[in-house]
Amino acid sequence: MEWEVVIGLEIHVQLTTKSKIFSGSSTAFGADANTQASAVDLAMPGTLPVLNEQAVKNAILFGLAINADICRDSVFDRKNYFYPDLPKGYQTTQMDFPIVGPGIVEITLSDGSTRSIRVHHAHLEEDAGKSLHEDYQGMSGIDLNRAGTPLIEIVSEPDMRSAEEAVAYLRKIHSIVTYLGISDGDMSQGSLRCDANVSVRPKGQEEYGTRAELKNINSFRFVERAIKTEVLRQIELIEDGGKVKQETRLYDSDKNETRPMRSKEEANDYRYFPCPDLLPVHVEQSLIDDLRAGMPELPDAKRQRFEEEFGLSAYDAGLLTGERSVADYFEAVAHSAGDAKLAANWVNGELSAALNRDNLAINSSPVSAEQLGGLIQRIRDNSISGKIAKQVFDALWNKEGDSADAIIDSKGLKQVSDSGAIGAMVDEVLAANPEQVEQFKGADEGKRKKMLGFFVGQIMKASKGQANPGVINSLLNEKLGD
Amino acid sequence: MSLDQNDIAKLARLARINIAESDTAELSQRIGDILNMVDAMQAVDTSNVLPMANPHDAVQRLRADEVNETNQREHFQKIAPQTADGLYLVPQVIE
Repeated sequence: MEWEVVIGLEIHVQLTTKSKIFSGSSTAFGADANTQASAVDLAMPGTLPVLNEQAVKNAILFGLAINADICRDSVFDRKNYFYPDLPKGYQTTQMDFPIVGPGIVEITLSDGSTRSIRVHHAHLEEDAGKSLHEDYQGMSGIDLNRAGTPLIEIVSEPDMRSAEEAVAYLRKIHSIVTYLGISDGDMSQGSLRCDANVSVRPKGQEEYGTRAELKNINSFRFVERAIKTEVLRQIELIEDGGKVKQETRLYDSDKNETRPMRSKEEANDYRYFPCPDLLPVHVEQSLIDDLRAGMPELPDAKRQRFEEEFGLSAYDAGLLTGERSVADYFEAVAHSAGDAKLAANWVNGELSAALNRDNLAINSSPVSAEQLGGLIQRIRDNSISGKIAKQVFDALWNKEGDSADAIIDSKGLKQVSDSGAIGAMVDEVLAANPEQVEQFKGADEGKRKKMLGFFVGQIMKASKGQANPGVINSLLNEKLGD
Repeated sequence: MSLDQNDIAKLARLARINIAESDTAELSQRIGDILNMVDAMQAVDTSNVLPMANPHDAVQRLRADEVNETNQREHFQKIAPQTADGLYLVPQVIE
């Protein structure tokens, strides 16, 4: 039987506010345990929440970016459950009147096709603290630094039909929130976390199958693998006559399997109700207009501009605009180099390979955009060949000089275009290879082209790669001509 | 609507409230009375009325995004039954 996969994602995004959503505690990552947990975060009796304006603005910005309606009067609710890293006994969240209504996210797949994924809504809520279950024999350690960190939870419709689409959607959300600057998007620090609702159904069937919820899959790679693994499990289960249970499952990346979380005796009843400590949040149209006016260029618009303004291919433009930091870097290189296509080749090629090799983000690239731009200028004016340029790039990467020019000077890498000097090398190589010269003279036009490469290679070698290939070619043709 | 003693036991478990078995009969009577009142209110047609999130005719005041809390861990942890390495210790919970 042919199966269709149905996926919906719930993505939690930590907002980059300085302080928490309901208190003036710092949200900085990595502080000593409980040093950023105030009386409000600890749920001390008598404390009251006061909503952070920036968190509201960040949520609205996200809504505007996905063309969603902004709820002018949103309401906070209490989601009640008991867990020690939630000292209040409820999470303050939004249920019936979330701040961001339905919206649309466009994704592009590897074959270049695009799809629209509907966002059901996005709401503001607070993060919980962290529980550490190891190291404290029979006890759990609770760190409430993260408690009260502002989040938006972005809930998609079940619109994705493959793991690839789910990853593309997650990447797009990552791209949007980092472009907007409302989150740092750092998955390794939990700034962006993803739960996936996965089900399968026979192709053509309208009714959805029973879904399993995969919790906390926290890298792009694991999202894809976790979903693929779960899909296979469900299909095998059904084909063997079994039934998928609606349950929460954890993905174990070491074993590449999903397994049920210890199931609770009874389903949670969160007993949602409007939070009496918080009044409805009213958003003025003027605030929405101001935020819209100040929005940065978003990934889709930037990609289109890169194609039109710089003549880049859709593929190159897509690669360059996935992350704002990469797009900004590229634009700085293109500006300084004066050639956007060469800039795109270098950023997507040599630079991206070196960053991957050393596991660095582009913001910490040892080669600055200005340095790379300077290097490309020297390729453009024929001071160096593409091959030498790679040497210069490596030298810049290893901080052997401040600029391409300085490295070209100090290492004596400048391309030789002087026909006298190259002519001497050509003569030398021809004299040293009389057999090949004879063969060349006896060969037909087609073979000659190939054989010419041998001489060019030898001369390049003699010049340590510095001879201008154009000059070599014309001198060779001259000297070998009948 | 009425609640039997099993319902009361379940609610108590959800709310983490310890209720003596001898009290459940009386509680089911009293909570049942409250629910009867709720039933009476729910009989009113409110299909054209927006839910009221808060009885005050006011909207939420917002706070500027500033850090104005300082580290008072020692102060707070004085009243904690058990701490270690700056963490609050609680009976082990793994869900």
